[in-house]
Amino acid sequence: MKSEKRTLHCICCPLGCEITASLEDGQVVAVCGNSCPRGEKYAREELTAPQRMLTMTVRILQGKLPLLPVVSARALPKERISDCARALRRITAKAPVRAGDVIVPDLLGLGVDILASRDMDHI
Amino acid sequence: MGEIYDVIIVGGGPAGLAAAYSAWQNGAGSILVLERDREPGGILQQCIHNGFGLHHFKEELTGPGYAQRCYDLVKDKPEISIMVDTMVLAVRPDKTVCAVSPERGRMELQGKTIVLTMGCRERTRGAIRIPGERPAGVYTAGAAQRMVNMEGYLPGHKIVILGSGDIGLIMARRMTLEGCKVQGVFEICPFSNGLTRNLVQCLDDYGIPLYLSHTITQIQGKERVTGITAARVDEHMCPVPGTDFAVDCDTVLLSVGLIPENELSRSLGIELHPLTNGPVVDQHRATSLPGIFAAGNVVHVHDLVDFVSDEAAIAGKYAALTAAGKLAAAERTLPVVTGNAVRTCVPQRLRLTDEGESVRLFMRVTKPIRRVKLVIRSGGNLILSKNLLAAKPSEMIAVDLPAGKTVGLQDDLVVAIDEEE
Repeated sequence: MKSEKRTLHCICCPLGCEITASLEDGQVVAVCGNSCPRGEKYAREELTAPQRMLTMTVRILQGKLPLLPVVSARALPKERISDCARALRRITAKAPVRAGDVIVPDLLGLGVDILASRDMDHI
Repeated sequence: MGEIYDVIIVGGGPAGLAAAYSAWQNGAGSILVLERDREPGGILQQCIHNGFGLHHFKEELTGPGYAQRCYDLVKDKPEISIMVDTMVLAVRPDKTVCAVSPERGRMELQGKTIVLTMGCRERTRGAIRIPGERPAGVYTAGAAQRMVNMEGYLPGHKIVILGSGDIGLIMARRMTLEGCKVQGVFEICPFSNGLTRNLVQCLDDYGIPLYLSHTITQIQGKERVTGITAARVDEHMCPVPGTDFAVDCDTVLLSVGLIPENELSRSLGIELHPLTNGPVVDQHRATSLPGIFAAGNVVHVHDLVDFVSDEAAIAGKYAALTAAGKLAAAERTLPVVTGNAVRTCVPQRLRLTDEGESVRLFMRVTKPIRRVKLVIRSGGNLILSKNLLAAKPSEMIAVDLPAGKTVGLQDDLVVAIDEEE
């Protein structure tokens, strides 16, 4: 059996707890150093299937401003973030939109919608 | 004299909007917010990343999402007016305000109280004196952020970032996601000035190198930036000869600190603090001039907008109460002074009645320290102590002083870090 300890910094909130995870044969068996339950969840995910939220802008037609800020409805697989960003660079939305509107459903088939971060009125 | 308002708020960013909402909640009948940009929301509108609002709204929001929440709270209130594209030219001790806008020309406005919420701005190349040519392609990180996130321009393709403040780190990721190559982040201090989470998710995730104890010694390029020279610095932050190396880039972004924007406060004649660079305030965020309040980054640069909103809500409340003549007179004023390893503490004074009052103190330490005790004393008596796992200059510490602990205080309050274990 192969045991190892990994140290990582939680990114769930600005506290940035230093978390130590104990692994046995690549499986997380213990987590310490986190000050809330989100830290444990983060450490387990980060060492098995890391995920990140994505925020970007997309062009918007007939809007008060030329760009619309967007955010993923939930975290995406970390290794696909660059692909997702590339895909969003080709998207053009149309005003008006309201905060929370779906701008791109099911981005790249990953099962995550891309939402408007704010209202954007028609020009 | 034109219009008279209970509360006039200078600046429609998160602080101004929170002050307006709180003034409204506390009974102010006429509230005016003056904003120089084309829409309210302030800097949040260009901070498209998430991580805002965990404290204040109990959920994770993007910057524009947070601004939207703040705006939604005030937008349909008949008592609250917001003028955009409006630049305030002067605030005077008699609480008159001179402002201009393309729509209304020059305006003279009268407030019963004023809340200053002008926020802060970035230090520029001039403030840090980098030698070299003066080519195009040198921007503050925030200017680049506005271009990329709001105007739809890329400032360049191959980027070097000076300073590891949060805006610099956020922009390193942002430029990468827009297809640029970020060559590295150079930080003159031996530690990062940004949040750990941003080091992880903005630099580590994209393999962007962070050079601690390094600075840019020269910027090259005649018309446009063509590269920089970087070097390691010694403990006095002086470049070490022989450690310099060249880095190819067409753009240099500066993330080298924020300065509260206090030109109006200075000409108004309110007392400013030499270390926070903002107005000296009491726990109600009242400045040294009666009826004039200040809150948010104009008072001291915050890490979290959530705390800006909290602070501005205090200022808005007491501005409304003062406008209505409902604020009880204080019995005594106590200075809050900083002791060992504490650089700044806000508020800088307490105005207390005999009943006491719960007060939240915000402070920054002078250097990174681990496992320390924060102590608050008054006249040799220990008022409060709090153990901290770690304290860093980049992370503001908030400590609550319960009302009971402020009853009967007579001497200066001294806030210090106890380093003996």
